[in-house]
Amino acid sequence: MLDNEKIAGFIGKKILRLISLLVIVCFVSFMLIQYSPIDPVRAYIGEMPVSAEHKAKLEEYWGVNTPPQEKFLNWAGDALKGNFGISLIYRIPVTDVIKERFTASLALMAASWLFSGILGFILGIVAGMKKGTWIDKAIKTYCYVLAATPTFWLALILLMVFSVYLGWFPIGLSVPIGVTAENVTFLDWFLRLILPALTLSLLGVAQIALFTREKLIEVLSSDYVLFAKARGEKGLDLVLRHGIRNVALPAITLQFLGFSELFGGTVLVEQVFSYPGIGQAAVAAGLRSDVPLLLGIVIVSACFVFFGNAIADLIYQFVDPRIKQQEASI
Amino acid sequence: MSTAVVTVNKGVFSGFNLRQKTLLIIGFTSLLLLAIVISSVSFGEESLHTNFGSKNLNPSPEHPFGTDWMGRDMFIRTLEGLGSSILIGAFASTISTILAIVLGLLSSAGKIADSFISWLVDLFLSIPHLLLIILISIGFGGGATGVIIGVALTHWTGLTRVVRAEIKQLKTQEYIHISRNLGKSKWWIATKHILPHLIPQILLGTILMFPHAILHEASATFLGFGLSPHEPAIGIILSESMKYLSAGYWWLAFFPGLSLLIVVLAFDMIGENLGKLMDPKNAHE
Amino acid sequence: MGNMGNKTEINAKGKKETEALLKVEDLSLSFIQYASGLRQTELKVICNLSIEAYRGEILAVVGSSGSGKSLLAHAILGILPSNAKLDVKMEYNGKKLTQEIKEEIRGKEIALIPQATTYLDPLMRISNQVIGCVEEKNEGLMKKVQREVFQRYDLKPDVDRMFPHELSGGMTRRVLVSTAVMSSAKLIIADEPTPGLDEKTLNETLSYFKDMANKGCAVILITHDIEAALKISDKIAIFYAGTVLEVANVEDFKNNGENLRHPYTRALWNALPQNNFQAIKGHQPMQDEVIDGCIFYERCSKKNELCSKGIPQFKSINGGVVRCNNVS
Repeated sequence: MLDNEKIAGFIGKKILRLISLLVIVCFVSFMLIQYSPIDPVRAYIGEMPVSAEHKAKLEEYWGVNTPPQEKFLNWAGDALKGNFGISLIYRIPVTDVIKERFTASLALMAASWLFSGILGFILGIVAGMKKGTWIDKAIKTYCYVLAATPTFWLALILLMVFSVYLGWFPIGLSVPIGVTAENVTFLDWFLRLILPALTLSLLGVAQIALFTREKLIEVLSSDYVLFAKARGEKGLDLVLRHGIRNVALPAITLQFLGFSELFGGTVLVEQVFSYPGIGQAAVAAGLRSDVPLLLGIVIVSACFVFFGNAIADLIYQFVDPRIKQQEASI
Repeated sequence: MSTAVVTVNKGVFSGFNLRQKTLLIIGFTSLLLLAIVISSVSFGEESLHTNFGSKNLNPSPEHPFGTDWMGRDMFIRTLEGLGSSILIGAFASTISTILAIVLGLLSSAGKIADSFISWLVDLFLSIPHLLLIILISIGFGGGATGVIIGVALTHWTGLTRVVRAEIKQLKTQEYIHISRNLGKSKWWIATKHILPHLIPQILLGTILMFPHAILHEASATFLGFGLSPHEPAIGIILSESMKYLSAGYWWLAFFPGLSLLIVVLAFDMIGENLGKLMDPKNAHE
Repeated sequence: MGNMGNKTEINAKGKKETEALLKVEDLSLSFIQYASGLRQTELKVICNLSIEAYRGEILAVVGSSGSGKSLLAHAILGILPSNAKLDVKMEYNGKKLTQEIKEEIRGKEIALIPQATTYLDPLMRISNQVIGCVEEKNEGLMKKVQREVFQRYDLKPDVDRMFPHELSGGMTRRVLVSTAVMSSAKLIIADEPTPGLDEKTLNETLSYFKDMANKGCAVILITHDIEAALKISDKIAIFYAGTVLEVANVEDFKNNGENLRHPYTRALWNALPQNNFQAIKGHQPMQDEVIDGCIFYERCSKKNELCSKGIPQFKSINGGVVRCNNVS
């Protein structure tokens, strides 16, 4: 069978899986919020003084008196047409909010994903090569400490050091005072991106570095490395020839499987740095019961995580020649 | 052709072998965590009195972590926050462990049950963990209860997979087949043969769950979903500290966060070292 | 077999006077391990083992599977794991063989032919592996040499671009042998090269080693297959529970085996299908059993008082050596 055909089959299967997953996720999330003791109308009104008449109208709009199943079907029907409703906080369609916010978050996540991946891989290779030496111990300690570090605390520390103490970056405020959102220059945007991306990168290094280290040690104690040594290969050449070749694929796969944690980290980091991304929107939607927006974000995040997993699967099944061969022989 | 117990060691712990060293680390860190919980419980209301005469003080011997804008001692606030973090972590880990055991055992009941459990695990892993906690906490009415339930209901996936895999492996063992041929019931085999083998794994899994649960609780609280502002919690302390960052009150954020880090690290170390004791394959590395 | 034997004799006589290429004296190897609960233990795997390899000769080290024979090869090449403790006097070409020298000459002077396909990098194409790590300017040349060697072993051009998992058992064996041929090694150590091969491939593989010996290499053939060893070897070292009990000439196994020195070797001879096909009772001592006397004491039919006290010294008898008190 051709590879292209196989990949097409793979993608087809994945899409079916994604659809079935989304249906369940939507239903469960919807019901969870529906049966929540939190009253959406009260949350919407908040501190505003409203008349009883207005309130009744709102209740009708929210369908307080329609049964949840019917409400879900209404919502799902609209969602299928691409209409996820109007965000209560931002007063614009949910899709528009998500589009804008998710783009901003993607830049943040992509930067830290790449940086943490590369740095983590290099640190892991160095630690694995120098197993047992002080370099290895230093890298391992660094990773263990980082894995235990609360994301938002590290963000706060970086904010204190670089923004408050050194004054290199703006504190908080998503847009400089007196500048409208449209006039934000690339530089402004870039400056705002650095600290959050740095926080996420520093934290993301831990997992990939420890994994790479373990994998490299495993590879270095394998029969084929033993044989390579017996044939006179040694040192860096040996690691470059056999180590990286065998460690890279699993490490990249792991990095793709980390989309879920990356998203969680983004939520916290955006909150600390007031970065106008999807994480901040999710927190606002959650705190102020913006049900349509929250549901929209849940769906987008589920797709995001699914996408990462699917790519990891794709690498596993189609790039690694060993797996490819096994498939063919079946 | 002889087996001899040899002691080879260098460095800080010279004089101890790896076994003693490992036990020592476990003992010391457990003691530290216990001390935190006990002291946080024993502090009364009066130790956190507001004293506007001593507000926003730098760290000093009298107030090692400084004081906040109401003159409260940050060291005591931190200890209380850590204590409640550990207790919440313990509660959440216990619930998640029970869920993991039940679901793990259930998955061995049959093919349909097994694929249902795998599907459930996949479902829980399909949404970013923090978002899932937020969603569940809203579903349960928010506040402290909401977050605690959210944390407790979302940490079972990893251990369930471990239990499931372990049972699959155990089921191929000879003595299980013999018991089955002798006509023992599934329940009898599960409780008499399978469960005892799982206990070390489960214990380790529970301890390794702790740090995640604690960090997630703190994160959700920090974002504003969890405990209310007057309750002691590290998340609350840190989110409050954000208001005073530009004023340069660095100690409000620095020490509480660092203490949380140390507690999480302590749990990691206990888990790691217990794991080494149980499975010494790679100990000589 | 008779034919091969004749040739062997001529070869053996021609080179016998020259000095051993590799001398291994009193090799002891142990591992430091951690048992459950992190109790540290030391496990002895090889004990007081001595062998010598001569140019133009094949020395077979014969012992049952899983008894630590491969570690002998790894010890000679200096590729033991980090928790291994090695104690040995080794000489190569008249000079002391230290770890530094091992690292310097392995792959060049000493080549290993490993036992399984797991010794090939699963993600590297065959020709790159066989050529190994070479300078860029030599790559073209090495590629040509590799093609020639492959041609000789009947490996078609498409094998060059294959991955290890795509090879059949016989092809893997030939690829592994090619790696040794590519090097200009003087000492070849083949670790279990025969399992899983059919009669034809087996004979073919054995003939490769014979070729190497005929070209003047010293070959150490580590195997559990005594019949295969008898077909091509000049000397047979009998490996038992971590040590060598006897080094016999291949002629000693002829006729009724009356020239064999050690009771265990006799028992092995008896167990051969063409002889009595009678296996010896009992089993080899486990690696963690403590034994003071002769390692074969428990199973020996000729044991006496002396045998339970101290390991018997090596004695030279009839052109072979043996560790036994009851031979003279």
